[in-house]
Amino acid sequence: MALPNKPLGELKAVKDPEVEEREVDCLIVGGGMAACGTAFEIKKWMGADQTVLLCDKAAMERSGAVAQGLSAINTYIGENSPDDYVRMVRNDLMGLVREDLIFDLGCHVDDSVHLFEEWGLPIWKKTEDGKNLDGKKGQKMGTLKEGAQPVRTGKWQIMINGESYKRIVAEAAKLALGDDNIIERCFIVELLLDANKPNTIAGAVGFSVRENKVYIIKCKSMMVACGGAVNIYQPRSVGEGKGRAWYPVWNAGSTYTMCMKVGAELSMMENRFTPARFKDGYGPVGAWFLLFKAKTLNGLGENFAASDAAKAELEKYAPYGTAAITPTCLRNHLMLFEMKEGRGPIMMDTVTALAELGKTLDKKELKHLESEAWEDFLDMTCGQANLWCAQDCEPEKKNSEVMPTEPYLLGSHSGCCGLWTSGPDLDWIPESYKIKADNGKIYNRMTTVNGLFTAGDGVGCSGHKFSSGSHAEGRMVAKQLVRYAKDNADFAPALKQSNDELVDMVYKPVRLYLEHCNYTTAADINPNYLKPNGMMYRLMKATHEYGGGTATYYLTTSKNLEVVMDLLATMREDCAKMAAGDLHELMRCWEIEHRIWTVEAHLRHIQFRKETRYPGFYYQADYPGQDDENWFCFVNSKYDPDKAEWDVFKKDYVKIIPD
Amino acid sequence: MPSFVIQEKCDGCKGGDKTACMYICPNDLMVLEPNEMKAYNQEPDQCWECFSCVKICPTQAVEVRGYADFVPLGSSIMPMLGTEDVMWTCKFRNGLIKRFKFPIRTTPEGTANAYLDLKGQDIESGLLSTEEADGYAMPTPQATV
Repeated sequence: MALPNKPLGELKAVKDPEVEEREVDCLIVGGGMAACGTAFEIKKWMGADQTVLLCDKAAMERSGAVAQGLSAINTYIGENSPDDYVRMVRNDLMGLVREDLIFDLGCHVDDSVHLFEEWGLPIWKKTEDGKNLDGKKGQKMGTLKEGAQPVRTGKWQIMINGESYKRIVAEAAKLALGDDNIIERCFIVELLLDANKPNTIAGAVGFSVRENKVYIIKCKSMMVACGGAVNIYQPRSVGEGKGRAWYPVWNAGSTYTMCMKVGAELSMMENRFTPARFKDGYGPVGAWFLLFKAKTLNGLGENFAASDAAKAELEKYAPYGTAAITPTCLRNHLMLFEMKEGRGPIMMDTVTALAELGKTLDKKELKHLESEAWEDFLDMTCGQANLWCAQDCEPEKKNSEVMPTEPYLLGSHSGCCGLWTSGPDLDWIPESYKIKADNGKIYNRMTTVNGLFTAGDGVGCSGHKFSSGSHAEGRMVAKQLVRYAKDNADFAPALKQSNDELVDMVYKPVRLYLEHCNYTTAADINPNYLKPNGMMYRLMKATHEYGGGTATYYLTTSKNLEVVMDLLATMREDCAKMAAGDLHELMRCWEIEHRIWTVEAHLRHIQFRKETRYPGFYYQADYPGQDDENWFCFVNSKYDPDKAEWDVFKKDYVKIIPD
Repeated sequence: MPSFVIQEKCDGCKGGDKTACMYICPNDLMVLEPNEMKAYNQEPDQCWECFSCVKICPTQAVEVRGYADFVPLGSSIMPMLGTEDVMWTCKFRNGLIKRFKFPIRTTPEGTANAYLDLKGQDIESGLLSTEEADGYAMPTPQATV
């Protein structure tokens, strides 16, 4: 009998990979909506002698959060104003946001939506008599850019037929950038500072998940947009179902970790998102609330959110709680209250909603409505549709349970953690929101590291961008990448580390594996190393139990935070002993490393902020409630790469747009 | 709901220049076993059930079986991706079948306008290239505090 002692995958890793060195002016790390925006825009501003490269961990056609498609574009300003957009985001995120970044985004997001439509994304339209047309039939109404009316669900969201949303956006991005300037399946794992110029980005290192090759890339300016962080807390489904994360399961916190490790300042990392979604399948609920006008009921059949008790609870969080639209965290808060009081489960009353709508619709319209309900899942959460099929659930006959998920970290959806970045250089923006590069100039969306930019989930204090806003933000960054590289044309990036040192760092898990794998008869259990799968479970268990996971209804305490900090410190030490037998496993090693650092930043921020700013997302039991007197400010943190020390501190919030 | 590959239908894309499912999987799960020339999902508990592999497979060899920890057996959903529409066949556990057709794209594949000839003029302004070309005026706040 052959011993089972072999790497799991087919693409075996070797001790000495090939090394490929590249040098470009502008480097784009990531391939999702933000990076596609950068890819589309950048060459339009580049000089003839400037060069660009994009590295995507996956294939751009289906990478990032929109890989599966989307049934709506959540941010389209249209007839609204950027001012109102700021007010909406500010209220949803409990008052503390960067209004300059949000306003700025609101000025550009529609241009990206108009491009999507031109490229072929079907967008629903309203007819003159108020009927809804899907994106194909709606073409006869003209385009949004020409003034056609979208189908709104709520004030900011428009409906689309978005199965191929990412394919369409990636197609334009790839055409614009050119295949020669794209490396797919290249996972960038560490950013590199310049050897001579302090606090200045000089390059990045990564590896191919398809061949034994390490990429060492030098650049003058760089954008990092690799999404948020998923599978950092134990998910509600711990078997096969842990892949059914609400946010993309491959988002490993790489954006935050890679940037923080070179000293970029983070902001509002205490913010998280625990969206209430259809239980287990994590299908979207937005269309059910906004398009089908459904209500959620508690276990007693009561519309708890409309009760006097709920109103009284929300008043505690005025002015946010008493606003016309209840902030997302407070909606969760009300739901959790019902569950803890023994009045669960929480059900989405799809039966009543569809029956009500059916009263005014003919048979054909009703059939269309049913199709719309299914498309909402099939366009973006196929698995939820299958779950309904498996449960014999027809929404007109059977209600479905809703449940808040495990915590996620992100900056583009209804969350706002990320990097502290510069706003644009405009008169109405306070100086404290502008970051001056070493040459004295201000570059929009630059982090506190010279030449390092981010977009999408990476930009902190500026939520509710979603897919369209992330794309627009990526485009805004494109221009700044070129501008920075042009202004620093004489800068010759020099790396601190030798190629051998970099290869040793990236391939350490492979070398450790090859050195020790023959010691035991089963490759996964060996006293000399840990496999990344085991480390993932260790992280999930620690955060679940101590860091305000679902185990405690998102509650943590100062003591619990001390415990989890100790656990994380040990995890970081043990990360140096992770082993990878194949290239896929090497990717998992680096992902878990990125996740652990990101979680540490999250919990350090929660530890520092001595209040509960986002009830429903997390609770600090020693400091319940909001404390505006002391904590109406951002919390920022900075990891010093030279001293290996953290600093967490307050940063002033400046109100720009009046109520 | 991990994807699985039907032994008889998978030919490893040996006629193509790449293994389609391996090329597309956003989480690097699909992998080709080179001796048998068959693909498989190497880490089913990290499958997002995005159906990218199902949709791209040229021989319809990839399907999805619901996550064992919460999906009862017996149902299936299958997409057929065309150039303009996607057709879904949703089979319930009790045998009920529903079919849906949704548009996916209003232009031919490969024709997205990348504005290859567009060159931005003023790199110091806040305008994007297409905004500049359209003569867009940057809004400023109606009022500030």
